[in-house]
Amino acid sequence: MPRSIGRDEVQHLLDQGAQLVEVLPAEEFEDEHIAGAVNIPLRKIDREARDRLDTARPVIVYCYDDP
Amino acid sequence: MSPRAAWRLESLGFQEVYDYTAGKQEWSAFGLPVEGKAAEQPRAIDVMRTDVPTCHLDDRLADVRPMVEKAEWNVCVVVNDERIVLGLLRAEQLASGDEKTAEEAMRPGPSTFRPNVPIEQMAEHMIEHDQESAPITTPEGRLMGMLRRQDAAKVALEVHHHHHEHEEEG
Repeated sequence: MPRSIGRDEVQHLLDQGAQLVEVLPAEEFEDEHIAGAVNIPLRKIDREARDRLDTARPVIVYCYDDP
Repeated sequence: MSPRAAWRLESLGFQEVYDYTAGKQEWSAFGLPVEGKAAEQPRAIDVMRTDVPTCHLDDRLADVRPMVEKAEWNVCVVVNDERIVLGLLRAEQLASGDEKTAEEAMRPGPSTFRPNVPIEQMAEHMIEHDQESAPITTPEGRLMGMLRRQDAAKVALEVHHHHHEHEEEG
């Protein structure tokens, strides 16, 4: 089950080599994204995720905010 | 949106999936590193100064005033042990009686600004509200630095000229 995490844990996981993915559309990613993130918009996850990400390494996804 | 993405990744065979639910809005508001077109524009965090003097509620003005003068500032931020901003001592408050404490003299609950606010927006606000300096804090109120109007206006003007030159070139 995916776990919701805060920014401290994000930083910790990134230090350990986690993959960071912004799932917003490309225009929003190009405007601003967290340093080091890659962009796989939600609608493209099915097609692109396995090719662009390593299934064995931790993955962190984010969007603008999701309270 | 990100919870759905996280569930979908898991169903595609990803073994360890996390959802940073607060997202890039929070990340940016804490002044953490961002990239992209908008991130190239200077923001409050790029221009603020971090050497602004601070004091605690029970500090006496007789002790605070010389410390502020030595640091060549005319404002002091009253903070707690967690560096949460509780009040401001501007020139007027600093000139109150020696025996007063910071708590007695300060202006409580000052407006604070996030580090990711574009510098042009900060400069405009500070000029419009005749605000000489503005505390920059994390969303939870922790002091990161102080932005001087003079610095904000100077950088905002440079950004404006830069845009103008590019428009003319285009």
